[in-house]
Amino acid sequence: MNDLLHGPAYQPKRRLAKWLESRLPVLSFVHGSFVVYPTPRNLNYWWSFGGILIFMLAVQIVTGVVLAMHYTPHASLAFTSIEHIMRDVNYGWLLRYIHANGASLFFAAVYIHIMRGLYYGSYKEPREVLWILGVLIFALMIATAFLGYVLPWGQMSFWAATVITNLFSAIPIVGESITTWLWGGFAVDNPTLNRFYSLHYLLPFVIAGVVALHIWALHVPGNNNPLGISVKSKQDLVPFHPYYSIKDTFALAIFLIVFAWFVFFVPNYLGHPDNYIPADPLKTPAHIVPEWYFLPFYAILRAIPSKLGGVIALAASILVLFLVPWLDTSKVRSATFRPLYRQFFWVLVIVGIGLGYLGSQPPEGIYVVAARILTAYYFIHFLIIMPLLGLIETPKPLPASISESVLNPRPAAAAGAGTGARS
Amino acid sequence: MAATETAEPTRRDFLYIATGAVAGVGILAAVWPFIDQMNPDAAALALATTEVDISAIEPGMSLTVKWRGKPVFIRNRTQAEIDAAKAVPIGELKDRNARNPNLAGNPEATDANRAAPERENLLIMVGICTHLGCVPLGQQGEYGGWFCPCHGSVYDTAGRIRKGPAPENLPIPPYRFASETKLVIG
Repeated sequence: MNDLLHGPAYQPKRRLAKWLESRLPVLSFVHGSFVVYPTPRNLNYWWSFGGILIFMLAVQIVTGVVLAMHYTPHASLAFTSIEHIMRDVNYGWLLRYIHANGASLFFAAVYIHIMRGLYYGSYKEPREVLWILGVLIFALMIATAFLGYVLPWGQMSFWAATVITNLFSAIPIVGESITTWLWGGFAVDNPTLNRFYSLHYLLPFVIAGVVALHIWALHVPGNNNPLGISVKSKQDLVPFHPYYSIKDTFALAIFLIVFAWFVFFVPNYLGHPDNYIPADPLKTPAHIVPEWYFLPFYAILRAIPSKLGGVIALAASILVLFLVPWLDTSKVRSATFRPLYRQFFWVLVIVGIGLGYLGSQPPEGIYVVAARILTAYYFIHFLIIMPLLGLIETPKPLPASISESVLNPRPAAAAGAGTGARS
Repeated sequence: MAATETAEPTRRDFLYIATGAVAGVGILAAVWPFIDQMNPDAAALALATTEVDISAIEPGMSLTVKWRGKPVFIRNRTQAEIDAAKAVPIGELKDRNARNPNLAGNPEATDANRAAPERENLLIMVGICTHLGCVPLGQQGEYGGWFCPCHGSVYDTAGRIRKGPAPENLPIPPYRFASETKLVIG
């Protein structure tokens, strides 16, 4: 299979290209990885989100670097420097709204990307390392988004910083020392803001590094595809450019329309109004909630009626994703051919959305009970349903090859219809 | 380079291990300043005490002051609040430790061990929920004490945890009375 994943060799034509290529073969690397790179011919639009995510990372880094030119990381100046960006800096409002809404759209895209991987079994042999690197990127994104949310130093910023750093105080014995160490004091204060700013600037470049590894780990086994079957011949493949470079660009354009709608029409819709109140260490807002993309995990944290237990459940809800390649015992990758898994997948999606809703509600009464049930289901899905399904489920017959399924879709038509697959 | 197969460790093995050990210690020593710089600095440690004039706090009133960047509640409790706190049997408490560093040993969380010595109306404690650090709201919740809006922890009129995810009673800071009206925290 691996031999199929090399396109035609790069032949430099110009003198300068030949000169560079013989000293550092970077041109042939780019050519092989992003131009002639052989890609399954049946990828649907759910596969566009990898490219969209790279674009969003670039947007966040570029807007972040220019915002850093106008922002002041000090407890008594940070809030006003944000208002300075909004009112005084040329196009400051635009840059900040792109950065703030960009974080939300980045998470929206990464959730779709992860769910696509779960639906089509993209984590299975031989793509386990690819998947693990992806979960690592997700974890780094969570850390970066949290650190960035603290920087405006509004009420939500301050209390998010307090609650999240206090998670570490649940660790027995050393917990208190760790939180004091994280804060650089006895409460969230200026030293905390300073270090969060430093790390918020650092982590996106760490993410970029892991993204490079992620793409490398993708290009060794090659893309999975909606049928989940391995590439068998050259007939199954098309070069990345122009087929997917154009398809991904079109998908990106649609995605950018949504992004622009948020930035220009409802720039504060996804934010919380309390963050336009300067941080007050003596007063917690009546109802604190994280940004929408953390709500399901927040619901899991609150569902457990014990401090340490809640923190363990929160950490476990992300760590369990690392184990998915080994928890799924089915040899069939795509849910298209797994009638039971396909239903449980959609239940998981609904449970995730339900947890998100519960995370936004006050922690009382029926909301707590519902959050406990959904939290239990979340873990049952990964730890019990996934391993069991592989043993009891009878998968539908797989097509002989990608090209056969694409060129003669009749036998697999019923199975492939829902995926929007096209050649 | 050909390796010599011997059952006995050679001088070279010893040198490898010794060099590795010294390098390890050196790396740890070099890393430590980069870790320790994040601990509270001298300026943060210098803010260790706060003085408060408590003469103006009438019964039923509270004052919140800042000590080491944290809110400290000073509550002049009403007789009803004191009685309610005293009526609670120790066995009903989630955390039976008084969390009062001003008392020797680990006394039980009776109302007397929580309130200020010889002034049972005064309750002085760090106003930070022991769950995840929010500031609880005063005179709210089903025990008429404190209620944390973040994750729903409920404290009674002696600041003891009664319900919700918080594991411990609200901690009492080290304090002393410099005079009849002057409280020194820290």
